[in-house]
Amino acid sequence: MSATLAPAASDEVRTAPKRRRRLPIWFWPVAVVAGIFILAVLRVVTGANDLASSGLIGAAIALAVPIALAGLGGLWSERAGVVNIGLEGMMILGTWGAAFFGYHMGAWMGIVGGMLCGIVGGLIHALATVTFGVDHIVSGVALNITAMGIAKYLAARFFTGLPGGGVTQSPPLPALPRLSVPGLAGPLGDLEQKRIFFVSDLAGVVRGLTTNISAFTIIAVLLFIGTFYFLWRTPWGLRLRSCGESPVAAESLGVNVIKYKFLAVTTSGALAGLGGAFLALVAANIYRDGQTGGRGYIGLAAMIFGNWRPGGLAAGSLLFGYTDAARLRGGGQTVHALLLAIAVLLLIVAALQLRRGRRTQGYIAAITALVVGLVYFFTDTIPGELLGATPHITTLLVLAFAAQRLRMPAADGQIYRKGEGH
Amino acid sequence: MKRFEPRKIGLALIAPAVAILVAFLITSLVLLVMGDPVMDVWRTMFQPPLPRHYVAMLNSATVFYLSAVAVAIGFRMNLFNIGVDGQYRIASFAAAVFAGQAWLPGFLNIIVAIIVAMATGGLWAGIAGYLKVKRGVSEVISTIMLNAIATGLVSWLLAKARDPESIGSNEVHTRTIPESSQLEGLALVPGASQKVYTLLLLAILVGFAYWFVLGKTRFGFDLRATGQSETAAVASGVNVKRMTMTAMVLSGAVAGLVGMPLLFGVYHNYGTTFQPGLGFAGIAIALLGRNHPVGIAFAALLWSYLEVQSNALQIQAHVSKEIVFIIQGVILFAVVIAYEVVRRAEVRMEQVKVARELAEKEQTVPAGQGASA
Repeated sequence: MSATLAPAASDEVRTAPKRRRRLPIWFWPVAVVAGIFILAVLRVVTGANDLASSGLIGAAIALAVPIALAGLGGLWSERAGVVNIGLEGMMILGTWGAAFFGYHMGAWMGIVGGMLCGIVGGLIHALATVTFGVDHIVSGVALNITAMGIAKYLAARFFTGLPGGGVTQSPPLPALPRLSVPGLAGPLGDLEQKRIFFVSDLAGVVRGLTTNISAFTIIAVLLFIGTFYFLWRTPWGLRLRSCGESPVAAESLGVNVIKYKFLAVTTSGALAGLGGAFLALVAANIYRDGQTGGRGYIGLAAMIFGNWRPGGLAAGSLLFGYTDAARLRGGGQTVHALLLAIAVLLLIVAALQLRRGRRTQGYIAAITALVVGLVYFFTDTIPGELLGATPHITTLLVLAFAAQRLRMPAADGQIYRKGEGH
Repeated sequence: MKRFEPRKIGLALIAPAVAILVAFLITSLVLLVMGDPVMDVWRTMFQPPLPRHYVAMLNSATVFYLSAVAVAIGFRMNLFNIGVDGQYRIASFAAAVFAGQAWLPGFLNIIVAIIVAMATGGLWAGIAGYLKVKRGVSEVISTIMLNAIATGLVSWLLAKARDPESIGSNEVHTRTIPESSQLEGLALVPGASQKVYTLLLLAILVGFAYWFVLGKTRFGFDLRATGQSETAAVASGVNVKRMTMTAMVLSGAVAGLVGMPLLFGVYHNYGTTFQPGLGFAGIAIALLGRNHPVGIAFAALLWSYLEVQSNALQIQAHVSKEIVFIIQGVILFAVVIAYEVVRRAEVRMEQVKVARELAEKEQTVPAGQGASA
């Protein structure tokens, strides 16, 4: 997004390019263990027993995958310099495609169908933005409106009259196989039941990660690894990213910028379509109008949160998936328990900011922490109506605190015309 | 630059005409491929509307127009206020609660409730403005998130502010506005028993204010300048951050008006059945009408024409009315592409013209002076 790059951030990059050290290899495992430890403490303090259960972790992953796939689509497109707000529309097309092909030809073909319909959305966006130079956000918004209409029409046209189908929904769809690591579920389940501090929580997380995982989730993980390898370890990936950083420079080195952008946006559509297919085939086993519920946008937000990198995107998706799962499974009480964690985290942020001498930010964080803490202590639960907005509020808060430290591809969102650098 | 150039106006009108033609062709193709009766669909869509249909078109065009102006204010400054949808719902709710209390008599109640709606919409949009100016969060993402948050917030507050009389019934709504503050409408269309929203007048007023403020005042000039080139605006002394905030709040305030014709003209309270999705239609209409006050009006009428005429599709042509979304979508895409193509054609025409003029000038200038250039 053009706006996330604050002037201050770009100055920082220019004057001190090596200020941010690369995180050491042990950072992520340690962070995960620390996260589980925090959840364990939170569970004991608040009594919300569902915080690190295998069920919640499993649900969190299932909710994170469509967001992650949409975000991965966004990553491809924006790394090539095309802002893709149309992910939502491509996902909608994907849900319909998955349902249509899945119902008639089986679940695996459903995945292919979702991808193909997503590609159609990607091609439209590519045609408008890359070929005709329409503003990226205008085209994306137009695509979202159009895709919603197309899916509604096609659903009414093809699902009405089928057993269990109707104007707004498809018949039940065939299921994809689910996999487990053999021999882990039983012992870990026993351990989880005992509610030993930290040990049970760790067991719950590991069990959630290793049992009853959909084959589609594994495909998604492979796509992440594949994307990282392709974009950061191959010459094609380097050329694609160069189109997002400086298309004119890329052109002068003989890269066919238009071709790369077109391919990137099409791939982006395929990935977002897969995200939609996951929603229809795995999460719901059915197509429903309005099924995506803004997940394409959240995927885009997760990508921004992840600083246009696959690892950060995965972490962002898991965060959103986790808050969503917490609200769906535990309801008000689990989210209520998370409030305490937010208050403590904000206090830490406030302390850090004050130590660095940033008074205003420090005080704002401290006051917010106080408010959140007070809400925690004076209420018992969060009303159901507000819970639906949990992932969105999380997105907004995360971006409000993180947006200025992010760096997007330098030419992201700019319209490129062949030969404009001469 | 000349004020009136027939060639330019011709180009500007070609784009929407081509877009509608393309939409017609593509939709026909879709219907053909799907095996739906093409001719029946177009016969239904183009049949002469009845008087009550004209009323329905005017009414929905009024609401669309307000929504599109709200979006257009942002567009003129390169701000994408995708959040009109949330802004109008939360503002309509606030106005409904206020007007339902009947603290003020009759007409005064309406005026103050409208101000409450504008303030609420502006405030809600102001959150996105603040986040953009102070925290560097893109308004595209933040307004989309605020839409979802508004949904949650309104349904939570609705449960608290629900009319005690509606407890037990299925439809939850706020206290109904007293009859003295309800607007029964204008009998504009002869032969129709239904009436046109009185607040059609408000839409006209807003359209006029939009034209005047953006086109004829210094503030409007600064706003448009910031949209076209931020650096140029800074050089001419515009405080871009303040401008962003003002434009966002202004856009939200107009978004707050979107629900007013519905509130005072039809529903008389805010409930679970209050019409959703108007914000997104507004985006499409603003793009189609090219942010021009008159252009938006035509676009809003086209949109509501398609909407009203499609209601008969299921019965008369046995095709689901959702096909109209495809027509609208294709028009939208075709029109944004056509505008871009036309814009490039204009730039090229301008370049050719300037080049020709310069070449003519060079011939008249003595050779010695011309050589240095």
